[in-house]
Amino acid sequence: MIRFDEVSKTYSRKARPALDGVSLEILKGEFVFLVGASGSGKSTLIRMVLREETPSSGEVHVLGQRLKALPNRRVPFFRRNLGVVFQDFRLLGNKTVYENVAFTLQVIGKSRAFISEAVPDVLKIVGLAGKASRLPHELSGGEQQRVAIARAVVNRPPILLADEPTGNLDPSTSAGIMALLARINEGGTTVVMATHEASIVDEMQKRVVELDAGRIMRDEAHGSYRRHLGDDDELAPRALEEETA
Amino acid sequence: MRVQLIAQEVWNGLRRNLSVVVSVVLVTFISLSFVGAAILLQMQINQMKGFWYDRAQVGVYFCGPVDATATCSQTAATAEQVDAVRAVLESGAIAPYVADVEFEDRELAYQHFMEQFGGTSSAEFASPETMNEALWVRPTTPQDADLIREATSALPGVLEVRDQRALLEPIFQVLSTASLAAIGIAVLMLVAAVLLISTTIRLSAFSRKRELGIMRLVGASNRFIQTPFIIEGIVAALVGAVLAAGAVVATVHFLLQGYVAPMLQTIAIVGLDDALVVAPVLLGIGVLFAGVAAAVAIRRYLRI
Repeated sequence: MIRFDEVSKTYSRKARPALDGVSLEILKGEFVFLVGASGSGKSTLIRMVLREETPSSGEVHVLGQRLKALPNRRVPFFRRNLGVVFQDFRLLGNKTVYENVAFTLQVIGKSRAFISEAVPDVLKIVGLAGKASRLPHELSGGEQQRVAIARAVVNRPPILLADEPTGNLDPSTSAGIMALLARINEGGTTVVMATHEASIVDEMQKRVVELDAGRIMRDEAHGSYRRHLGDDDELAPRALEEETA
Repeated sequence: MRVQLIAQEVWNGLRRNLSVVVSVVLVTFISLSFVGAAILLQMQINQMKGFWYDRAQVGVYFCGPVDATATCSQTAATAEQVDAVRAVLESGAIAPYVADVEFEDRELAYQHFMEQFGGTSSAEFASPETMNEALWVRPTTPQDADLIREATSALPGVLEVRDQRALLEPIFQVLSTASLAAIGIAVLMLVAAVLLISTTIRLSAFSRKRELGIMRLVGASNRFIQTPFIIEGIVAALVGAVLAAGAVVATVHFLLQGYVAPMLQTIAIVGLDDALVVAPVLLGIGVLFAGVAAAVAIRRYLRI
């Protein structure tokens, strides 16, 4: 599904690479957590799968496509195979729940009949069947994220990318979102989720890939958030190390 | 579905940036009006040239008793000399370029002179004796005048050969300059219009940045993303172009044909048919410039 071969990414303005020789393979139907401190390269990795970024060196293959060889013109069509969810939901404030989800299908040219069937279906799956005509600001954060997830999966993509999807939500709401993602994963969709939240990772007992300074530090099949440290404050030790270095 | 969606996007974009869209309409309107004026002036020049040059004759003036030049020696041209010139004009080599030859004797010349200048101070000294005999030659086409002059000016008894076209040149010069000025202003205004359109489109894209981001995320094709913006630019410019075309047609119909033409009956003024040729040209220029400006402006937002 997703394969990284010795992928590095250097930004000209920064001395330290955002990704540094990352090799990674994610198989069909897997649920993978990307963990690591801010700036460890989680988001860069996700952006590379989306081909929002291209590697400075190395190769990224997604769904059998060598992304480097994919012409810009084809990128939009490639992205139709990926669902994406963000921390900030990214909903259109002037469109209803239904319209937000339908918008995705409209812009890729799906028929009206298909849309009127697929949207209610997916809203039922995410548990928003009764709120189709609400506007995003009338919904809670958890509900807004459900809309975003509905939008991401309405086209039944084989891969769902989630960049800190629970970052703005309280723990009980987060649990609901995670249950939803787990259900989508059970349906066969490969899920890649970047997160900061230890409790979620520990609870799910899925594959964990830990990044640090652009390198893979750890890749465990049924991992927990942390290998060495037991406390919840994930930023402090790393930040201290960097400052004293 | 998609047509409806694009139409809705265009409408939203136009409504959201109404004040800028209005300024695009106005600038396009003014710039294309100048383009229209320049084209009409050029048409007017061509029409006047056609009108006057058809009537312009070449005057072959003969020596009078007082003229002393290379070909005259203070004796009036003889009838034989006049006939010789006429023979040249009717000879095989020149005849195809000559449509018509008319002889004007001193009495007739005096009569024409008095018709034109009677009552002015120069008329007091005029008498048939001071007039020159002349052959009025109408060239087959205006360009043939030079040939006729060359063939006759060196003949004995010929004082000078005058092409009436030369008298009209200053008028055309003035009109040409006015036309050039209109073109200059039109170009400047068009540059302003193009820059304004691209700014408007950038602004419109910026205000829809969020939507554009989501569109790109879910895999909307570039063409789908850019089409509403290009149409938006074209619609704004088209409104301006329609106004400009209307202004040109109205000016020709009401001002030129309704007011100026009746006063200047001897001059052919551009008519409604000319204005109706200019109108689609203006619409075409407006659409083309706006489309290109918008397409270039939106490129930045299509970068993957």
